[in-house]
Amino acid sequence: MEKHLYGLTALFDTPDAVVHAAEETVKAGYTRYDVHAPYPLHGIERTMRLKTSPLGYFALVFGLLGAISAVGLMTWITLVDYPLVIGGKPFWSWPAFVPVAFELTVLLASVLTVVSMIVIYFKFPNNSHPLHDTPFMKRVSSDGFGISIEAADPLFDEAKVHAMLASLGGKEVGAVYFDEADRDHGQKVFDLKFIGVLAGVGIAVAGFAYLALNVLLYLPPFDWMMVQNKLKPQAASTLFRDGIGMRQPVLGTVARGFLPYAFKGKPEEAGKSLANPLPVTQKVLDLGREKYLTFCSPCHGNFGRGDSRLNGQFPNPPTLHSDKVREWSDGSIYHVITEGQNVMPSYAAQVSRDERWAIVHYIRVLQRAQHAKESDLR
Amino acid sequence: MSTAVVDYTREEPVVAGRPTASEIDAVVSAPLDRPPARTWWIAFGITSTMLGIGVVCVAVTLWLGLGVWGVNQPVSWGFDIVNFVFWVGIGHAGTLISAILFLLRQRWRNGIARFAEAMTIFAVMCAGIFPLLHTGRPWLSLYLTPYPNQHALWVNFTSPLLWDVFAVSTYFTVSAVFWYLGLVPDFATLRDRTTHPVKKLVYSIFSLGWRHSSRHWTHFERAYLILAGFATPLVLSVHTIVSFDFAVSVIPGWHTTIFPPYFVAGAVFSGFAMVQNSLIVVRQVFRLKHLITLSTLEKMNKVMIVTGSMVGYAYAMEFFVAWYSGSQFETFVFVNRALGPYAWAYWTMVTCNVVFPQLFWFKKVRTSIPMMFVIAIFVNVGMWFERFVIVVTSLSRDFLPSSWGHYMPSIYDVGIFVGSLGLFFTLILLFVRVLPVISLAEIKAVIPGAQPERHRPH
Repeated sequence: MEKHLYGLTALFDTPDAVVHAAEETVKAGYTRYDVHAPYPLHGIERTMRLKTSPLGYFALVFGLLGAISAVGLMTWITLVDYPLVIGGKPFWSWPAFVPVAFELTVLLASVLTVVSMIVIYFKFPNNSHPLHDTPFMKRVSSDGFGISIEAADPLFDEAKVHAMLASLGGKEVGAVYFDEADRDHGQKVFDLKFIGVLAGVGIAVAGFAYLALNVLLYLPPFDWMMVQNKLKPQAASTLFRDGIGMRQPVLGTVARGFLPYAFKGKPEEAGKSLANPLPVTQKVLDLGREKYLTFCSPCHGNFGRGDSRLNGQFPNPPTLHSDKVREWSDGSIYHVITEGQNVMPSYAAQVSRDERWAIVHYIRVLQRAQHAKESDLR
Repeated sequence: MSTAVVDYTREEPVVAGRPTASEIDAVVSAPLDRPPARTWWIAFGITSTMLGIGVVCVAVTLWLGLGVWGVNQPVSWGFDIVNFVFWVGIGHAGTLISAILFLLRQRWRNGIARFAEAMTIFAVMCAGIFPLLHTGRPWLSLYLTPYPNQHALWVNFTSPLLWDVFAVSTYFTVSAVFWYLGLVPDFATLRDRTTHPVKKLVYSIFSLGWRHSSRHWTHFERAYLILAGFATPLVLSVHTIVSFDFAVSVIPGWHTTIFPPYFVAGAVFSGFAMVQNSLIVVRQVFRLKHLITLSTLEKMNKVMIVTGSMVGYAYAMEFFVAWYSGSQFETFVFVNRALGPYAWAYWTMVTCNVVFPQLFWFKKVRTSIPMMFVIAIFVNVGMWFERFVIVVTSLSRDFLPSSWGHYMPSIYDVGIFVGSLGLFFTLILLFVRVLPVISLAEIKAVIPGAQPERHRPH
């Protein structure tokens, strides 16, 4: 089987020896060579005439990217997508953005710089380099210093390089060959093993995601507040002697805003005694109109003509423009809204006291509009 | 006193004696290759039991809800926030040692940086438990991140609590990257040492194929420098932002501008104490006394006396400003700290943080292992109590006397704290068994004769 030469390697005992050897290698004009040491040797980059690492520019770009994306995201959120006043501050409170912008700058600059270095400059991960698993690598991994000169170098001549390395004091000067596996540079993406692993990982991730999102998250204690230790109205309870969950209010309790209605079942007295407490203002009339249109108009019609919109599903009431209603006192109309009349139910629960009085005012407006006096027309 | 002239222009060697690089490899990787000793199993049994206690208490908390904790109105931040600040603070020493001392070219850091960084990562992991549990429903913690959602809601970018989310998660990520980057060459060294096929496979994967190439080393050093440059302001920002959780509020005793520097100094103080405690045990057990020298420990003690004095100064200045401000509530809070129902905690804090570390002024104390070990334990206790005092005294008695209360932790609070200690030390015990506790590449670079003649330090 034909062997393919990767290059020659030599080991040195001291850092001074390897630095000297590196100097001579550079002088001899080799370019595809490397110095191996278990730790960074001071000044080796000058000896090897390496360019300054450009990673600083990477960090600058990634850092700016982090800062701009952080400030941009927060600006867009607070000005465009969901402006929200927080603590009475302006929407764009930039001092509050400093911490997050700083953290994202550091995060992107550090992580992406390291990833770029590993992927772009080291071309890692790569565990199939010919130098791996050689006695040479085992030494420079621990306490040796070494030089490798690649066969791909334009000046490479095995005998000459061997002689040079030996003359520089290199020990264990030897050749390193490519493994067959290392030489196989074909497309490995379609390798069955690779696809198999990929599919396995995919299935495992999908399975776990399904399990976590659809099963685990609905096991106790994750009840999503759907289970709550509380009693709903009408529910039974063993806590109380009568077995009922709902409780009567304490004796003598009065609900907030509750005023007893003094004219229950006494329409005449109501008509005589009650007077509209509200002034006739635009605001009151607007309120009355709104409530009339909501609660009264379905049966009484938008103008009080008794023209129901219900198409006979409910008996039509008489018109509000009859002499009888026009001559009623405000109190009588109020009483009818409060107590109901004939088939009309009480509206006390839906319409508050003040709203009822406002409706009364509005009914008067409707009546007057249909029966305008001459003075009104002028 | 002898009058021997000390030449301060010469740096003293970082490692004792002249160990060769292969000897260092052998001694540092020895714990990785032999089965654990009986003492390790005993220690592991203790720490994993503590961890188990914590797991049970967390499970009970998740099952029954936060009501099992001691927190209630008015002290709604109890042990959880105390422990969060405590653990984040512990982490700070690691980054200080690995990044700030690296920028300052303190070569003695090389022996302890790996271990301190590992501690940073573990401490931040412990810290993360508490705010997540404190949210009540930690399984919804995705809500802490800004992501587009059907509710069309975003997080509140003006809240220090949100800044915490970003600061702590960035801190964890960057620390982990920093740590891993330093480990890559060591993984390669271990890969080439081991004969075990499984270990070889694992080390190969994590070494990424590192070849100790000088072309790579130059990029590596640059990246390390950049990371150190970013980690330095990062570590200062993290505890600053943690202190904003308090300082941006209006509670008396919290609403002060001294908080950020005071918190950072305290964090470094407690972190160094924890690193020193752990390192003393590690160097004893794994026979690393020549690599983690007494002189290194002495330098750490000096850092402790500096930061401890800064913390003591902050305590005094808080009192002064409370009086000088003329604010009745502010004055009351501090008098209440020293003389009120939590005076025992306050004086524990002052004794442990301000009084005991002053003993480090004596070289005898500074260089005596048992003395420094005990003092560092006091510092850890004291720094925990500092956070307790800050959180609990201010909340339990603020503006309205009718709303005052008293806080006592429940057994679950204590259990989760014990569990976090268990998690921390369990991770440390696992770490010392599976990874080199000293950075091989960094320590080899500073042994005498490691550098070429013209670049040797004078």
